[in-house]
Parts: sequence; structure tokens; C-alpha cells
Amino acid sequence: MANGTNSGNGKTTLGERLAGVGDRIQGSEAWESIFRPGSPFRKGYTDSPRNRSYVVMNNVLYHLHAVKVKRHGVRLSYTLCLGGLTFFMFIVLTITGIFLMFYYRPTSPEAYVDIAALSTDVAFGQLVRNLHRWGAHLMVITVFLHMTRVFYHGAYKPPREFNWVVGVVLLFLTLLLSFTGYLLPWDQLALWAVTVGTNMGGYTPVFGDQVSFVLLGGIQVGGPTLLRFYVLHVLALPFIIVIFMSVHFWRVRKDGGISGPL
Amino acid sequence: MAEIPEHLLRRSAEAKAKALGVPVEQLMTEFLGEAAPAAATAAEPVASPASTATTTAPAAPVIPEGVRTQRMLTVVRAKAIQGAPREPSDKVSTWPHLLAIEFVALLVALGLLIVFSVYQDAPLLELANPNEQPNPSKAPWYFLGLQELLSYFDPQVAGVLIPGLGLAGLALIPYVDRNRSIRPADRKFAIMMFTFFVMAAAILTILGSFYRGPGFNFTFPWRDGIFFDL
Ligand code: HEM
Repeated sequence: MANGTNSGNGKTTLGERLAGVGDRIQGSEAWESIFRPGSPFRKGYTDSPRNRSYVVMNNVLYHLHAVKVKRHGVRLSYTLCLGGLTFFMFIVLTITGIFLMFYYRPTSPEAYVDIAALSTDVAFGQLVRNLHRWGAHLMVITVFLHMTRVFYHGAYKPPREFNWVVGVVLLFLTLLLSFTGYLLPWDQLALWAVTVGTNMGGYTPVFGDQVSFVLLGGIQVGGPTLLRFYVLHVLALPFIIVIFMSVHFWRVRKDGGISGPL
Repeated sequence: MAEIPEHLLRRSAEAKAKALGVPVEQLMTEFLGEAAPAAATAAEPVASPASTATTTAPAAPVIPEGVRTQRMLTVVRAKAIQGAPREPSDKVSTWPHLLAIEFVALLVALGLLIVFSVYQDAPLLELANPNEQPNPSKAPWYFLGLQELLSYFDPQVAGVLIPGLGLAGLALIPYVDRNRSIRPADRKFAIMMFTFFVMAAAILTILGSFYRGPGFNFTFPWRDGIFFDL
């Protein structure tokens, strides 16, 4: 230690040695190749306006944001973080959902058996299932609250009209995702809730029967419905909603960032 | 300024002459007077085109259909191109101000979700049985408002027309509401309408969730219990 504050006896303490290791790791080429200039994890990070910009510009995730945002938009009381939390719930659901897919077969009656086995045979299985289910309900709630907050701020007014329309599509997709997922445990609750829900589609004038046949893959909720809802739930709908979310976030920025102040 | 080749000047003069209906040569002399820096005194070349423009025709002549014209580049002040009003804006760095708040919000939400999930298990009833319909059968909670409507209206109205119109109406809000102000005081009507529909949806959903029992008949949750699963 060149200029370290040695404890009186001339030996380096453990803390100092650890700090030295940390310094060397942070200074290594590998570390610097991962954390780009301006990253707070990089050696010699200082809080300067330039580094603050780099943090956002040099990171693919933070790059969702602009380097600078309106001061009032940062206040928690403006957006209540509701859009961001909706997005976060979607990420939590993706992660827990992938875990659940490892243990799930979309066939009748294996689907039910697999879900029941989560609580007995799988480490943290029940907890992850709970997270997925409560997270899904929470996402429906946050997306709805996000919509009402956007309305009360008049944030759908020009130039943000189209982003509101994208949002309505997102609301619809969120409900569809939740609804298709509701069938998957294949218990009495799932079967009959989805039966009641899809019956409404059957009331579509003129081609109601066709609509309900395409939805169910048959004339009533059964094995084919389960497979259909499964594919929609884990593949088709997430794919579509990610596209719409990308447009949504992009438009938030292109429309000049957060609306307001009021 | 660079010398403009004469054939370009002539083409431009011809096009302008055709549009304004003035002789080509008159415009040519004007152009040359303007373009040749040695021949011009400081004030004159600026003044002369302006005066012809005001006397003969409006500044931007109407170009006849099918005629391709070219414009010569001029120096335009940056402000006019960007068009962004340069009002002073009050901005802060995203890092750390916004990212820190988002991170805390994320942690709090995740924490609440985990705590709730540890103490409350997701429901799992018996295996699905198409021959045995539970009574009552309810849709997921976010559709219970619609199911509640089903007990007042024809299925085609409650199940198709109202949700369809609702969603379409929601999407059309920005195009129907032509009021540009975002001040709450200026949008009393819009706020009233929206609040009305949100409250209606909430009340219907609560009724469908907690006040409907076997046969989807009306019950009181404190009297007959709750017939509702998440
Ligand atoms: C999956 C669903 C959705 C996600 C992940 C999402 C995400 C976001 C995020 C992160 C923002 C930035 C501001 C904020 O956090 O409030 C935002 C803004 C916005 N959202 Fe959403 N949103 C969703 C659904 C909706 C819905 C249902 C609507 C309306 C019908 C909507 C309309 C808007 C509008 C107009 C803005 C701009 C608000 C402003 O400038 O103040 N979004 N959204």
C-alpha cells in the first residue's frame, strides 16, 4: 500500500488488503470492458454532469430514459411510478413464468397435477406460483391506476393522443394475458371462470358461434382450449405486448417526455 | 459568397418569370446585380428583390402543377428550422434523481409482493370437471362488472356491445376531447364524465364480486359469506 493508512505496527490490515483486491478488480481490463465509462461501478467514478449523462447513455436499460428529465416529472407524486411499476410487474411475471414453465404440461389432467405438485415437489414452487398469481392481479390493478392517473393529468392531449391509444391496446392485452393465464391451473375455479368469460364472446352478433369455436378450439372449454390458452399466454401475447410496450416507451420520449406540469 | 454559375441563375430566373409573369431578362439583371459582390453597393441588392416581390406578387409564388423547380440554399437561422420554442426548462439528471426513485419503488413493490406471497397461497380447487358446475360460477374479478351487467341486460348488450363500445370510447377520448388545457379547473366536464364511468365500473365490479351468491343472486357478504376467489 503506497499511501495507505497503516495501523501502527506496519502491517496491512485485512480491510486494507480487501480494499486493495477490490481496487485491482475494478482496475482490470475485464471489469472495464463490462462497465462502460460513466458507470458508477467503474474505478474512479465521480459525480460530475458528464458522468451523470454517461450513466444513462452508455447503458442499454437506462437508455429507456432521456439523460435529463423535467424536474416535476421526477416527483413521485406525479406519475406515482405506476407505468414503471406495471412494466416491472411484467418483468417479474416473465421471470416467475419461465420458472413455472419448467414444471408445467398444458394437457388435461396433467396441468392440474403439475400445479398441485409445485407445493410439494418443487423447491420454492408454491412461492413462485404465488408471486406469479398475485403479481398478475397487481399488474391489472397498476395498469388501470396508471390509465386513470394519465387521464386526470390530461396527459393524452396532443401530442400524446396516439400513445393513449397504444395504452388502451396495452390494457386490453394485459387483461387477455391475465385471462388466458387464469385457465392454466386447470381446476374448477379456472375452468368455470373461463367458461363464464368466453361465453360472452359467444354472444357476438352474427358469428358468435364461430368466435367462441376459435377461442375454445371446440364447443366447450376442454383440452384444446387449455393448449390454445397456454400458447397465447406464454408466447403470442407476451410477444405482442412487448412490441406495444416498446412503442409506448418510445413515444413517451418522442412526445417530449412526461406531460405537465399541471 | 461563392459565385453562382450563370446557367443556374438563368434557369431560376426563367422559373420565377413564368410564375410571376415578368420578363426573364429583368429578373436576370436583378439576380446578377445581387450575385456579383463587386458591382453591388451594400444596400441595393437587398432592397430591389424585396420591392419587386411586394409590388408584383406574394412572396411565395404559386408553382404551376407539374413544374419542377429548384431552390437555392440560403442561410436560415437555426431557430427557424428546429422550431422548438426555447423556453427555459427545469430539468434534472435522470441519474441519480429518477433512477434512484424508480429503484426504491421497485424494491418496495417487490417486497410487498413477496411478503404477501409468503403468507397467502394462490387458490387451487379440485381438478376441472366439466360435468359439475360450481354455484355460483364467476369470471375473473376484472370481468365481474360485466357479469353483473349480464343480470340487467341482454347478453348481446352486456357481453358484447357495452365492453366493445367501452374500449372503443376509451381509445377515442383524445380525439373527442378537443379541449387543449390540462388544468383541472378547465376540464371539469371531462373529469366528471371519466370519474362517473370509473365509479360505475368499480361499483359494478364490487357488486359482482361480493354481493352475488349462489345462482348469481343478490346476497350480503356479512350475512351469507363471500363467494369470490382470486
Ligand atoms: C402494460 C401496460 C403499460 C405500461 C407498461 C405502461 C408504461 C408507461 C410508462 C413507464 C410511462 C411513463 C410515465 C409513467 O410512469 O406514468 C407511461 C406513460 C404513459 N402511458 Fe402508459 N403504460 C401502460 C399502459 C397504458 C394505458 C392502459 C394507457 C392509457 C389508456 C397508457 C397511456 C400512457 C400515456 C398517455 C403516457 C404519457 C403520460 C405522460 O406523459 O404523463 N399507458 N406508460
